[in-house]
Amino acid sequence: MNNEGVDKSKRQFLTTALTVVGAVGTGYLAVPFLAQMQPSVKAMAAGAPVEVDISKMEPGQLLRVEWRGKPVWILNRTPEVLETLKTLDNELRDPLSQESIQPASSKNPARSIKPEIFVAVGLCTHLGCSPTFRPEIAPNDLGDKWKGGFFCPCHGSWFDLAGRVYRGVPAPTNLEIPPYRYITDTLIIIGEETTTGASA
Amino acid sequence: MAQYYAPKNFNFWYFFGSLALLVLVNQFVTGILLTMNYKPDAKLAFDSVEYIMRDVNWGWLVRYMHSTGASAFFIVVYLHMFRGLLYGSFKQPRELIWIFGMLLFVALMAEAFMGYLLPWGQMSYWGAQVIISLFSAIPVIGDELSLWVRGDYVVSDATLNRFFAFHVISVPLVLVLLVFLHIVALHEVGSNNPDGIEIKKNKDANGIPLDGIPFHPYYTVKDIVGVGVFMLFFATVIFYMPEMGGYFLEHANFIPADPMKTPEHIAPVWYFTPFYAILRAIPDKFAGVIGMGGAIVVMFLLPWLDRSEVKSIRYRGGIYKKALLLFVISFLGLGYLGTQPATPAATTVARIFTAIYFGFFLLMPLYTRWEKSKPLPTRLTDQPSLEDRIPALIETYHEITLVKQVTKEDGTTVLKRRPNPAGILNVITRLAKKLKKSLD
Repeated sequence: MNNEGVDKSKRQFLTTALTVVGAVGTGYLAVPFLAQMQPSVKAMAAGAPVEVDISKMEPGQLLRVEWRGKPVWILNRTPEVLETLKTLDNELRDPLSQESIQPASSKNPARSIKPEIFVAVGLCTHLGCSPTFRPEIAPNDLGDKWKGGFFCPCHGSWFDLAGRVYRGVPAPTNLEIPPYRYITDTLIIIGEETTTGASA
Repeated sequence: MAQYYAPKNFNFWYFFGSLALLVLVNQFVTGILLTMNYKPDAKLAFDSVEYIMRDVNWGWLVRYMHSTGASAFFIVVYLHMFRGLLYGSFKQPRELIWIFGMLLFVALMAEAFMGYLLPWGQMSYWGAQVIISLFSAIPVIGDELSLWVRGDYVVSDATLNRFFAFHVISVPLVLVLLVFLHIVALHEVGSNNPDGIEIKKNKDANGIPLDGIPFHPYYTVKDIVGVGVFMLFFATVIFYMPEMGGYFLEHANFIPADPMKTPEHIAPVWYFTPFYAILRAIPDKFAGVIGMGGAIVVMFLLPWLDRSEVKSIRYRGGIYKKALLLFVISFLGLGYLGTQPATPAATTVARIFTAIYFGFFLLMPLYTRWEKSKPLPTRLTDQPSLEDRIPALIETYHEITLVKQVTKEDGTTVLKRRPNPAGILNVITRLAKKLKKSLD
């Protein structure tokens, strides 16, 4: 029988040891619980490239296709539109696309491989709404400054027809350009940049 | 509850606490019934809601009770919170009640937001897309975090399924726990009242507050009257205007979710619009999210921002009254602007209202310290009851009308009451003067 006083340091040691073991155990258990909510293997695999035939596109026409569950736009721009794009630099936040996401092949003023064919992910870089295609110039609701572009109805962000964001709107960067390449002159594959496989 | 002594001078503002509890019960009961037929699957969800509406016996009623209940919940909770602002219920010693209440408000917003995704309509989908993208504005971890919340690269079946789990299990548990803590904290310190003085300072020989009455039967019975009046409005909405002209259930949500196309005009449900308008007013993604979150966080700090010596608006100086009036105008204004398209003019007004909103809170330590409060009574005061006011109301009625002789078509003359413009003008100026005086 031990009737002497409590060994405080022993008790302290046991408490600390138990706390540490408990914390480590909780930490280990938290990993599967939290990781469980990450995209599943199936969700990650569902990103196959999409082929788009652009041979029947009229000048000024916009085509919407689905890639990885997101809307992707293909726009056939007229020469007038391309001329207008060159005059807008002063009103844009990132006219040279320094801070925006695009493959190297699209990092140019027109933000495309071929100037007339513009490809972009149709989701606003602000909070992910799909902006509306408004090619007309100076419509009533948007005012005289509107030179044709994409207008986000959710929070009023403005993009020009190269997906470049205007100053003074909530969206921080230009519209994202997905990786894509031309298989032939009239056939685009979205989600793939080189013939060897997908790249981002 | 017979042992809980509440101040004897509760007015109608004190109905909204018990009504919030009533609506919570309504949401639980109708929610459980809805899960029996709802399918949390992106391919089936929209159709299963329509199935509930058309083919399930009384399914339409249960669904409308649940959807209207959500809006009713926010109406009741906003009025409940406003009561706190009026009578200083958040002030010392009730800070903890206010904190639990604010946590309840945040949990309620999460619950409502996740519930709104479940019908899988256009507004469900794009609303969720926008709100989840808010997380991506957080530096460094933002993108990973929003990916983790969605469980996919876009809002998808995985998102719907987990929101269902949160909406039906996790958040309701949190809500019940917080309601329990909110009430326990209240019973610890006792209720505030419209005079904002502590009834526990005047006790009789048995330790019972002199100005207190047992909650049961006095306030249980009184609250039943409140419940009756509330039910009248609630039933009217459910049966005659369940969509409330697109405010309770938005029109675009009757179209199945389409990830390819955002509706022309998207707006959250009305109870989120004040915060949404703040988000939209700030022309920077991260700052906008901070502003929106800050609008809620700043409310948590209220007990420490208010430096006034008195609680109730009845004994405060004029500055707080005017500030509160401006705050209410800006909150309602932001709420309206949040439902409207983002035109440049609307954005400018929203920015002004945002400034007022934050001004109300952040300047509070200054103006509540400056202002001179009125002397407090030692005991609760009596306000004239409706019965006492009736003679004055009859007099006003006589003042704004005139008795005139009117000749009818058959030639007989009768005496009829007609509006009296001079009298109406008098009454209006008197009211305006009274209003101005009450703000000093």
